[in-house]
Amino acid sequence: MTSVASLDPASQSARATASQTSPQRRYTVAVVGNPNTGKTTLFNALTGLSQHTGNYPGVTVESALGEFTSDGQHFLAIDLPGTYSLAPRAPDEMIAVSVLLGLGENVTAPDVVLCVLDATHLDRNLYLLTQVLEVGRPVVVALTMTDIAGKQGIVLDVPALARQLGVPVIPVHAAKRLGLPELKQAVGRASRIAFVPNQPIRLPAAFVTEVEQLCALFAKHSQHDTPSRFLIERLLIDAGGSVEQLLVQDLGETILPQVTTARARLATGGVSPQQLETDTRYRWISQVIAAPGRQTLVATYTWSDRIDAVVTHKVWGLSIFLLTMAILFQAIFSWSAPLMGGIETIFGALGVWISGFVTEGPLQSLLVDGIVGGVGAVVVFVPQIALLFGLIAVLEDSGYMARAAFLMDRVMASFGLSGRSFIPLLSSFACAVPGIMSTRSIDNRRDRIATILIAPLMSCSARLPVYVLFISAFIPAQTVGGVFGLQGTLLFAMYLLGLVFAPPIAFLLKRTMLKGESVPFLLELPPFQVPAWRVVLFRMYDRSWAFIKRAGTIILATTILIWALSYYPDQPQLAEEFAARRASAAPEALASLDTEEAGARLRGSYLGQAGQAIEPLVQPLGWDWKIGMATLASFPAREVIIAALGTIYNLGNEQDEESVQLRDAMRAERWPDGRVVYTPVVAVSVMVFFALCCQCGATLATIKRETGSWGYAAFTFIYMTSLAYVGALFVYQVGSRLFGT
Amino acid sequence: MKTLADLNPSEAGCIHSISGLDGLSQRLGEIGFTPGQAVQVVRCAPLGDPMQIRIRGFDVALRKNEARRVTLTS
Repeated sequence: MTSVASLDPASQSARATASQTSPQRRYTVAVVGNPNTGKTTLFNALTGLSQHTGNYPGVTVESALGEFTSDGQHFLAIDLPGTYSLAPRAPDEMIAVSVLLGLGENVTAPDVVLCVLDATHLDRNLYLLTQVLEVGRPVVVALTMTDIAGKQGIVLDVPALARQLGVPVIPVHAAKRLGLPELKQAVGRASRIAFVPNQPIRLPAAFVTEVEQLCALFAKHSQHDTPSRFLIERLLIDAGGSVEQLLVQDLGETILPQVTTARARLATGGVSPQQLETDTRYRWISQVIAAPGRQTLVATYTWSDRIDAVVTHKVWGLSIFLLTMAILFQAIFSWSAPLMGGIETIFGALGVWISGFVTEGPLQSLLVDGIVGGVGAVVVFVPQIALLFGLIAVLEDSGYMARAAFLMDRVMASFGLSGRSFIPLLSSFACAVPGIMSTRSIDNRRDRIATILIAPLMSCSARLPVYVLFISAFIPAQTVGGVFGLQGTLLFAMYLLGLVFAPPIAFLLKRTMLKGESVPFLLELPPFQVPAWRVVLFRMYDRSWAFIKRAGTIILATTILIWALSYYPDQPQLAEEFAARRASAAPEALASLDTEEAGARLRGSYLGQAGQAIEPLVQPLGWDWKIGMATLASFPAREVIIAALGTIYNLGNEQDEESVQLRDAMRAERWPDGRVVYTPVVAVSVMVFFALCCQCGATLATIKRETGSWGYAAFTFIYMTSLAYVGALFVYQVGSRLFGT
Repeated sequence: MKTLADLNPSEAGCIHSISGLDGLSQRLGEIGFTPGQAVQVVRCAPLGDPMQIRIRGFDVALRKNEARRVTLTS
């Protein structure tokens, strides 16, 4: 993605001057800062409703973007992920560095870098700033949490700080909208700076010499443009880091020996380049903030500490955690149900309304079953997404989310993930779509991908109707061991199935496909605070809208595709046959003729033909071609199987999982030789298939969107479908031998 | 040598050095685990791991096998 070609500072400034001549020029500002500095809150306050998720020019991964104006200048702002340093070790961290340096084909370095510093942890925050200053772009500092710092007795001399740092420092309070006009003004002024001289930190002479030698070496031998000094420094310090990978990829392995010997020469002094950097920067920082009081550890026992003592307590902490998770799960599983039901009713009514004035035929069917049905299938997810993200925003903004990860880390670590994966996986029991979207809080990309890939194995709420139909129709209501009902036990087993398979799969993925240097589990536990409702509401709106816009189009497209496959080809002889039967039928038989025709039509459609074609494939699972076809029809959305079975068995598509008619029709199904189709073993085989298979277009669309690649979506689809097939095969082959067909 | 992982809850120590040269040692240095810096174990998670560590006025969770990389002056 990034390349060192065009890294040359000269070409960069040439580009900058060229674009400055245009009067309508849009300036860019990159917002950087440590996690938990209030950076995103400030970004929201700066950009308001113009904020959206999109692509910064030249960057393929999506980020939060927004716009604002200052003195008639128009700014595009990018909210870079929170980071502690500019020493990238993961692809996400490399993106921040690429943006700041303007690395890569069409990436322009930002006109201004806005660095957000938390006044209560100024030393750690200044570390990042010292690196940002070396990027060589004009910098403006926004100082947050000054009110809390004041309460903690930290005295800040802002003008003195600005003098020492050599850049403007603007205290802000985003929630109270204080300091924003001043900040915008400072950004505007900084964008007009022609020359950026700042280099406050001097690394030891030995280090500088090595850097200069490497620079000279690259200049002499390289066919390409020479990488910037910033990159050479990172190359020297970050052994095995992202910059090393990038430069090796661009310039070849031959650069490594010289770098390794340079590192070794520096280390002979007893200090590694790594330690040299951190020591030098922190020494400089301690001179800037000569505040001896800051060294004391537990100065005060704050009310945040008191909350912490309760929520991380062995008994109380775990109880509060379980209660919180129960509420979260209840909200997405049950509280969203009425809203989802309402949406389904509205779209159903819309379909009826449209069929009122569009004549029956392909157009009506496309509008009602394809488009209205497809849009409905997208919108129906919105209540769950909005509710989950509202609750997650409350948990994150209050500081509880970090504690939940702290509590669950031990459990998740046993299969190679971290505590941050817990809530996305739990949410996936309601619906994998919001679950996958919530993995954004996992900062380690490999952990995040592993979590995304196993999330669809969690038994979501759309599987429940399938279980209910098959269990109530084919599993006898007897007890196991005199205590547990067989039906209830089987339902529970279906929910457990995903939980049994997910950990070993995550473990395998981390060992194979997602192998790499283990990123440390460093989780900051920020002080508790009352969440800002603006942040919560904005997250609900932003996540819902992002889902509708990005995943929605794909879901709509697959729905229309399946509609077309089940509607076509035209079957004129069928229409004639039914027209003739209608003419001679009694008026009360007309309705049943309609459903019979719909069934015949579906069986003869491309989808029906495909069902018949795959019969040899599904027979080892104990299925006939009608089950195979209903399963095919439900690949875009698994719950569709019930309506599909209704249509196939001539009952119309308005059957639900409680329908007695549908159960009776399925119980009556026979193979040509007279055997019952749906034995209990076949029912379990179908359920196991549905429990393990990724029959959800929305999930695949969301995986593509969140990982930025169709590859992971395809992988999920293939591995889950294979797992489902093998699982169902195992159940039928073993089950039919034990219990008879 | 005594490490951060050997401290009991609410015990404090002073950092001697960070062992190893990789992403972890670098990240620890960056967030302020520097020689001479005071550091305290606030508590361990209910399931025993990770540990809640207080340094430079903020709290961070570290797994025990990561805390073992932080050696303390005796």
